[in-house]
Amino acid sequence: MRPLTLQRLFLRCAVLAAILFVVVVIALKLGAVQVSLYGLGLDLLHVLLRRTTALSSNYDMIVIDIRLPRILLSIVVGASLAVAGTSFQALLRNPLADPYVLGVSSGASLGAILTLIAEPYLAVPLAFAAVATPIGASLGAAATVTAVYFLGRRDGQLDSNTLLLSGIISTSFLSAIIMFLITTLAGRGDLRGMSFWLMGDLSSSLQPSLHWVLGIGFLVATGVIYTTASDLNLLLAGEKEAMHLGVDVRRVRIVVYIAASILTGLAVSVSGAIGYVGLLVPHVMRLIFGSDHRILIPTSAFGGAIAVVIADTLARTIVAPSELPVGAMTALAGAPLFIYLLRRKFA
Amino acid sequence: MPAPTNSAGNPLTASDIRLSVEQVSYAYSANPTQAPLFTLEASSFQARPGEIVAILGPNASGKSTLLKLIAGVQAPLSGRVLLDGFITHSLAPRIRAQRIAMVQQDSPLLFPSRAWEFVLQGRHPYSRSLRFETENDINIARNALAQVGAEHLSDRWMDQISGGEKQRVILARALAQQPLLLLLDEPTLHLDIGSQVGLLDTLRRLAAENRYTVVVVTHELNLAAEYADQIVLLQKGRSLRVGPPSAVYQRELLEQVFQTPLSIESSPSGRPRVTILPGANS
Repeated sequence: MRPLTLQRLFLRCAVLAAILFVVVVIALKLGAVQVSLYGLGLDLLHVLLRRTTALSSNYDMIVIDIRLPRILLSIVVGASLAVAGTSFQALLRNPLADPYVLGVSSGASLGAILTLIAEPYLAVPLAFAAVATPIGASLGAAATVTAVYFLGRRDGQLDSNTLLLSGIISTSFLSAIIMFLITTLAGRGDLRGMSFWLMGDLSSSLQPSLHWVLGIGFLVATGVIYTTASDLNLLLAGEKEAMHLGVDVRRVRIVVYIAASILTGLAVSVSGAIGYVGLLVPHVMRLIFGSDHRILIPTSAFGGAIAVVIADTLARTIVAPSELPVGAMTALAGAPLFIYLLRRKFA
Repeated sequence: MPAPTNSAGNPLTASDIRLSVEQVSYAYSANPTQAPLFTLEASSFQARPGEIVAILGPNASGKSTLLKLIAGVQAPLSGRVLLDGFITHSLAPRIRAQRIAMVQQDSPLLFPSRAWEFVLQGRHPYSRSLRFETENDINIARNALAQVGAEHLSDRWMDQISGGEKQRVILARALAQQPLLLLLDEPTLHLDIGSQVGLLDTLRRLAAENRYTVVVVTHELNLAAEYADQIVLLQKGRSLRVGPPSAVYQRELLEQVFQTPLSIESSPSGRPRVTILPGANS
């Protein structure tokens, strides 16, 4: 018997954090403008000490001002999607569930678009404006997950195939609505392009206040999900089992659905619908670290961050000076892996 | 909730009654406006620590429903189930799981886990949400595996052990909950006869040693007669007879309930033994 201890949890997270750090440094270095590692280290140190005026050259300023925020955004988006995916897989007892496959990301996109459309007509206070889109996206995500959950039931029980099918149907239906809205409102400058909402893209810059909303939202929602980690372990064995082992199934289900919808909404409102991260990262982490959610949730967060930083770096470098949407990158790598898992009869 | 107590403050009049099922009934309907598809009529029985009660009946007689009502995961339509004076359905889930353990027909696993991980799940009702297993939890889990004779399975994967071994590990998880009441839903269903006897021998020894009250749902007439102290005979949601095997096992009654001709003798242990008579009604 070797049960999980806090020490072993920290050790694993530390290893993943180190990998993430290396990936971030490489991502900062790669791009149209080359920088030396030494110069990069120096610049980062200056940024940390808040002495941005001491940066060695204008090029370096570009690296710090443009690449660093984009990488930080990739980290939060990747971690959010991976944690949301882990939660949906446990709650729906379906190893192939994730925000994108279930149509939750599309629901969040639609929620965000509708909020952007409605915003000028509503008297939204300025302080509230920054969080309006993430909230709209979260509501869209929550509505979609509820719909898919009920569509995926058969004879009062969740059916794995029906669930995935209703996810696919929701995705195509919601995508059609998104296309309709964006086409009819093409003149509006504040609505980003179709590919952003359907494929996912990290290239657009954000208001600084949104960074804080994202970071805090991610930490709170993930923290809430983490408090239910051992309940989720038991839910995997079935709701009846969990009930007999003292899990308040209804409460856990509601809390985790809401938190996972918020995570999806946050990620989608700033990056559009990036697929496969929430599906594959938890799988890989499960293969490496086992299926205990006390370790799976934090390691998936790190894994998601690493995956999206790598994907976005590839997306902006392999066809430079053009750029691919990051969602195309994750789909290129993710779809074959998804099929492989399907064939392994994991479901 | 206030438990019914006598003047000395002890729950109920007979202080050694642990489980008291009092006139519980249940109705299941897919649609509230329609007549219920299934009803369980008022059933009652009582059990002491160390006692094994078998809920016996053919398929669709309401055995598993009665067990769920006893477990407190479902609210009865009327009546109540008291465990040491507390209504089981009103207990908080965590507290309930500290007192009542359930072994279900099968425990499907979505992702593989090792036997010791599985048994440690039984400690869940005792842990706080962000706490890791303590030395004490590990000792209890190890002890539970030893009590069912499955220490050697500790590091094996749950999906790679035999049905009989798996059933022992599931029982060990229930023991790790340190319950007062142990409920088992058809625990011998997919087991060969050797594993069935082995499991029930273990169960009888544990009930005697640890003073569990055990309620087993089964349709195995002979195993119930051999191992149970009390039989609750159900047919189509009606509790026909409650009592020791010798009182319940009457030929006409069992023939009518199980819809098959049979004869009843006495086994070497002095308990009734049922022999089916194939072809007698064709």
